[in-house]
Amino acid sequence: MQPMLIARDLRKHFPVKGSGGKSVQAVDGVSFNVGKGETLGIVGESGCGKSTLARLLLHLLKPDAGELVFDGDPVGIARGIAVDALRRQVQMVFQDSYSSLNPRMPVRDSVAFGPFVQGKKKDEARHIAREMLVKVGLDPGLFGPRYPHELSGGQKQRVNIARALATGPRMVILDEPVSALDKSVEAQVLNLLRALKRQFNLTYVFISHDLNVVQYISDRVLVMYLGRIAEVGPIEAIFERPLHPYTRALLASRPSMDPAQRIEEPPITGDPPNPIDPPSGCRFHTRCPFVEEVCTTTDPKLANWQGPQSHVAACHMHDPWSGHNRAGSA
Amino acid sequence: MTLTEVRDLRVRFVTREATVHAVNGVSFTVQPGEVLCILGESGSGKSVTLRALMRLLPPRSTRIEGEVRIDGQDVLAMRPQALRDLRGGLAAMIFQEPMTALDPVYTVGQQIGEAVRRHTGCGFRAARERALELLELVRIPSPERRLDAYPHELSGGLRQRAMIAMALSCNPRLLLADEPTTALDATVQVQVLILLRRLQRELGMGMIFVTHDLGVASEIADTVAVMYAGRIVESGPVAQILSAPEHPYTAGLLASTVHGQPRDRDIDAIPGSPPDLRRMAQGCSFAPRCPRRMADCRVVVPQPRFPAPGRMAACHAVVDGLPVTEVTRISTMSGPTATTSVR
Repeated sequence: MQPMLIARDLRKHFPVKGSGGKSVQAVDGVSFNVGKGETLGIVGESGCGKSTLARLLLHLLKPDAGELVFDGDPVGIARGIAVDALRRQVQMVFQDSYSSLNPRMPVRDSVAFGPFVQGKKKDEARHIAREMLVKVGLDPGLFGPRYPHELSGGQKQRVNIARALATGPRMVILDEPVSALDKSVEAQVLNLLRALKRQFNLTYVFISHDLNVVQYISDRVLVMYLGRIAEVGPIEAIFERPLHPYTRALLASRPSMDPAQRIEEPPITGDPPNPIDPPSGCRFHTRCPFVEEVCTTTDPKLANWQGPQSHVAACHMHDPWSGHNRAGSA
Repeated sequence: MTLTEVRDLRVRFVTREATVHAVNGVSFTVQPGEVLCILGESGSGKSVTLRALMRLLPPRSTRIEGEVRIDGQDVLAMRPQALRDLRGGLAAMIFQEPMTALDPVYTVGQQIGEAVRRHTGCGFRAARERALELLELVRIPSPERRLDAYPHELSGGLRQRAMIAMALSCNPRLLLADEPTTALDATVQVQVLILLRRLQRELGMGMIFVTHDLGVASEIADTVAVMYAGRIVESGPVAQILSAPEHPYTAGLLASTVHGQPRDRDIDAIPGSPPDLRRMAQGCSFAPRCPRRMADCRVVVPQPRFPAPGRMAACHAVVDGLPVTEVTRISTMSGPTATTSVR
């Protein structure tokens, strides 16, 4: 089946002023597919490039290199799909629910704005806005006329979801949509997102730093580290048999929720390095417990993984010909 | 002797537009060497409680009532000089955002040294040596070099370690921590938690740790106090609170925290949202969202009940611990809550 979205070798570097031509290598050669109707989770720590990647997928940032194919049509080139047409079909929900709404507009107008600029009549757009507010569980009569500052965090995020869905997208990119919410509200919004996905037959890209949330909501996961993909695979495979040492460390760093089983030793030490000057070879080698010489010199490649069930890691230990002593045994 | 005793603490913020009832009668004690986690969502009053302990709230707009004693001293009655001796001396605090809590124009060594000199009266050289010692204590790699680093030159994890070093500089007996790991990455958060736990144990400090994260509480707490709308609704030993919560809010919080629930079912979310603290309603603040609501709940603020030794829950639906003879009678009436209440 034709994937909903194919990303091939996406790259985005941000030049740093006064550094002598250095740049932040936010996204550095990332390729993946998103199947129709699936939820792809993207996890990683701060600075791993997950939010930059989200913006690249919508051309909110223009990639330096690489290719996007949306449902068979290349994005942004002649004979392909134009960027504004892409944005009709792909919408985004941001982490900060307040700053992503216009503070001078009642929220019903914010929701109606998308359909309106895409050619719907004013009345029609308002009607859509009312319907969408109902779908996200807000009474349009009560909440529609309110301004963003009159809503709670959870309510604002519901408005953002309504706005994203008002244009009738087929795919929604959710960039940390619940990270700023309290736990009791987070659960409500996750339930809502799941219900809407079923109802509108949506495809999600769900970005989060919270592995528990990703495990609950995603079908497949992509683990990023310093601008590159460390591991990708179906949710059960990643959580039960993680291949990459970084994925294992991430999983082991989750609090146990049981005081009798506290984590006694840190799974890995140190902080993620600065993406301005990423380590040579495997970018994880500075924190990896299994580092060998090959890791410091050679970039591990992600094996071919076009299938929706394939589970692969960019690690020399999983490449039998890499020369790593643990290769093939791990 | 009890290290910290808080009795019926009330904090209101008074502005021209409204009065916010942030903390509404909070009482707890912390023993030396004990870690108390105050657990709550945003607006529950957990951070305000912590700040009130060191009187870090803006004095003009804040009304504080009740009693706060740290090591026997009455904090709310302290004059400015005594307060300055307390802060960083007897009690020290670490904050959520190390970048904003540290001064960007001074090096880490200067900032730690300043605290040391203020409280011990030693010279610059001795203060620098102490600062170096502290950076080693919090396991900052190549500490000599980091002494002369500015906060922006450190990674998030190292900045937080530097702030911990500063807090520990004058051997406080009470450490107050306001979500110190929330802004950190997962792999770094666990490192800082393990470090704090180790330091707390080795130095024998009492610690009050504010967090919204049940997982973090399970890693660090001895006892947990759950706050909702400015009140402690439940408290007790961490293992018991997490495995057998008594208060419906604690139970709801546990159920709605995502941790390995089946993927094909909805999460048991708590409906609704927390109350507006500008208008304090009658009765239990959690009543509008509560699955076990009764007629009384909307009218009477629930008083603390003690279902088991060391456990407290302020809820009308919780059965108080009763003399042994009565336990059997109650347990046949109301199920599992009563069976454990042998006092």
